[in-house]
Amino acid sequence: MSTTIAPPAPRHGIPPGPRTKPRAAAAATGESAGARWVLIAVALAYLFLFLGLPLFVVFQEAFKKGVTAYFTALKEPDLLYALKLTLIVAGIAVPLNVLFGLSAAWAITKGKVRGHALLVALADLPLAVSPVIAGLTFMLLFGMQGWFGPWLKAHDIQIAFTVTAVVLATIFVTLPFVARELIPLMEEQGVTEEEAAVTLGASGWQIFRRVTLPNIRWGLLYGVVLCNARAMGEFGAVSVVSGRIRGQTTTLPLHIEILYNEYDFTAAFAASSLLAMLAVVTLAAKHLLERSHHAARARIIQEQQERQP
Amino acid sequence: MSVELDRVSKQFGEFTALDQVSFAVGEGELVALVGPSGSGKSTLLRVVAGLERQDAGTVRIHGEDAAPLGPGDRRIGFVFQHYALFRHMTVFENVAFGLRVRPRRERPSGSDIKAAVKDLLALVELDTLGARYPSELSGGQQQRVALARALAVQPRVLLLDEPFGALDARVRKQLRQWLRRLHDEVQVTTILVTHDSEEACEVADRVAVMHDARIAQIGTAAELARGSANPFLESFLAENTRKSAAVKKINYH
Amino acid sequence: MSVLPARRVAPALPRVRSVLPGVRLTLGFTLAYLLVLVVIPLSTLFVRSARLGWTGFLEAATSDRAIAAYRLSVGASVTAALVNGVFGLLVAWVLTRYRFPGKSIADALVDLPFALPTAVAGVALTTLYAQNGLIGALLAPHGIKVAFTPLGITVALTFIGLPFVVRSVQPVLETLPKEIEEAAATLGADRWQTFRRVILPALTPALVAGVSLSFARAIGEYGSVVFISGNMPGFTEIAPLLIMSKLEQYDYGGATAIAVVMLLLSAVILIGAGLLQRRAAKRAA
Repeated sequence: MSTTIAPPAPRHGIPPGPRTKPRAAAAATGESAGARWVLIAVALAYLFLFLGLPLFVVFQEAFKKGVTAYFTALKEPDLLYALKLTLIVAGIAVPLNVLFGLSAAWAITKGKVRGHALLVALADLPLAVSPVIAGLTFMLLFGMQGWFGPWLKAHDIQIAFTVTAVVLATIFVTLPFVARELIPLMEEQGVTEEEAAVTLGASGWQIFRRVTLPNIRWGLLYGVVLCNARAMGEFGAVSVVSGRIRGQTTTLPLHIEILYNEYDFTAAFAASSLLAMLAVVTLAAKHLLERSHHAARARIIQEQQERQP
Repeated sequence: MSVELDRVSKQFGEFTALDQVSFAVGEGELVALVGPSGSGKSTLLRVVAGLERQDAGTVRIHGEDAAPLGPGDRRIGFVFQHYALFRHMTVFENVAFGLRVRPRRERPSGSDIKAAVKDLLALVELDTLGARYPSELSGGQQQRVALARALAVQPRVLLLDEPFGALDARVRKQLRQWLRRLHDEVQVTTILVTHDSEEACEVADRVAVMHDARIAQIGTAAELARGSANPFLESFLAENTRKSAAVKKINYH
Repeated sequence: MSVLPARRVAPALPRVRSVLPGVRLTLGFTLAYLLVLVVIPLSTLFVRSARLGWTGFLEAATSDRAIAAYRLSVGASVTAALVNGVFGLLVAWVLTRYRFPGKSIADALVDLPFALPTAVAGVALTTLYAQNGLIGALLAPHGIKVAFTPLGITVALTFIGLPFVVRSVQPVLETLPKEIEEAAATLGADRWQTFRRVILPALTPALVAGVSLSFARAIGEYGSVVFISGNMPGFTEIAPLLIMSKLEQYDYGGATAIAVVMLLLSAVILIGAGLLQRRAAKRAA
């Protein structure tokens, strides 16, 4: 050992020294109770201001003119139609995207396809695109000036400004949600169980139903909940392609816009309250599923770690 | 006495980690705390450091009651089993940390800090690695950086919590001899916690054996080698102490 | 033992090496789905822009009105993302480290912008911040107008981006080893120093990721902003609103030009943020 350092004597002018004023000993590594409560208060105030108040306002305005007015507004035929259309659109978009999510996840994770990074990037792309731009692309395809415009006109088929366009736009916008949950989940789970099933003679469908599906159910449900919330609430893309034909192509969010622009606030917020209640249910479902979903993933990671020598 | 514990007790919920432990370490001594997992040795160390608060009893460091002092004020150095180096800082910045966070009035100048860190890195034989990041170093090197970092603030007591536990056997053997040589040079009061009784006997002046939240026996490695009334200790120490006492004789005298 | 027939690989699809059945089928479906629903629609943008020719494109993309829209969009989105960066970090900290009544409700509520339709958020925020709204009325006496101003747009964008920072930081904060903070404490650092020098740098990659996600979401946002902005060209017209306006006038070319510029802008900023994040992550690895 070359150098010698003698602790008691100061070296290089650095005096050893206790702090001139020792701090009051709080919990070993934590903030003081005072600081803690200030931080909590500020955080809660921020959440209340930006999240709590808007939610509150929806219900406040909906019931402003009383409960009877609220229910009268809800029974209006155009509103009921909008609600029905929203449910139909979601009822088509969500299952299709579930099918897509399952297919993509199976092909990518069980099939070990090359270039899967590109597939994942493509599947994520709708998230990066503004909904208005998404709507624009469908108009560029099916609008009068669009690629298929003349062909459609010649065959007397109308897609733009119809329910079909609304469904297509919604599928585009909500495409990633299920896939994004399933791909990492199935990747972590690996192929060994499915391979074992193959050696035991199971067919593809049997393997999926009996081996894969039980393992992914929480992630799948979680993805469905998110996908559905987005599908029912989509506004920008649908706004562009629907033409807002009242009673025909207006989904609930579009109908809310129409009511609001006509200053029919009670009706607008009554309709909004339906979607807000859906949002609260979505949050609750998400919160509950998250725990099972993440617990399942954590268990997988733990098992993998234990397996390693 | 450098460190004194007087009837210290600590419970975690239902579990008793320390049961009226009394213990003293002399100035400049290197004492090892050995025992199986759950015996309370890490808890004892952390109570001395101020990282845990005892439920009963007093801890005195250099005669002062340590109760009103937090871990930063007790002038202790702590080395963790998994190094706890600051991964976003270079080796140099890690070692300099304790000096840089001193309040303005007590803070040494930049050049003083630089010189002190240089000396410390030389002491732990890592002079050329100042600009590296912890992720670029081996486990043994990281632990030496952690030691240099702890020594930078000139602690009165050095506390080592299973410092070599995360390293492979060969590196562990090298480092424990190196630690003994370091201690002989720097002569800071040191408490070393380990589950390896061979390590304890090889390195320490005195060894305290902990079992079930209490200190079962304290003595030099030689004394312990002579045997023990306690059957548990007998089996626990049997091989290791006799071997190590002999080894120690060869190396250091 | 029977001889298994040689496997024939269909030339049209990429080579598939797998024992599990159904891969070719699912891969085919996935590719077709993506082609029809993602690749073809998005490519129309570039084809249509090409049709405009360079001069046409530049004219539409760089008009005064368009430039004002970009500036407003980027400015408001960056501000909102930064506000969310600061307060999102705070919220993540409080949710991870402390216990207090109503914590799980607060935690679930953070995701509200994901779950609430943008139109509902839009009308609610406008009502809240209008001159006679709950908050608007409080601010009016001080001469602060929120609805129908760029400030209102920023508020709406802050709402929409709120979850991203919180959810990016939370997992990192949860798994931060406490020994690091203990080490800093034993070395004499006080709580603020420990936060600033030890904890914050470890969180930086997640923070950057969250802020850029918040930004990306904000810049394309339409539903929550269209009500509160008032759509005044040159003043409160963000880029998505301008696109919508052009569409209503059947100016598809103009709309496309602006859309392409927006996509390029977002791509540049996101790639930049990705690089920043990778650099910060390398150190903290």
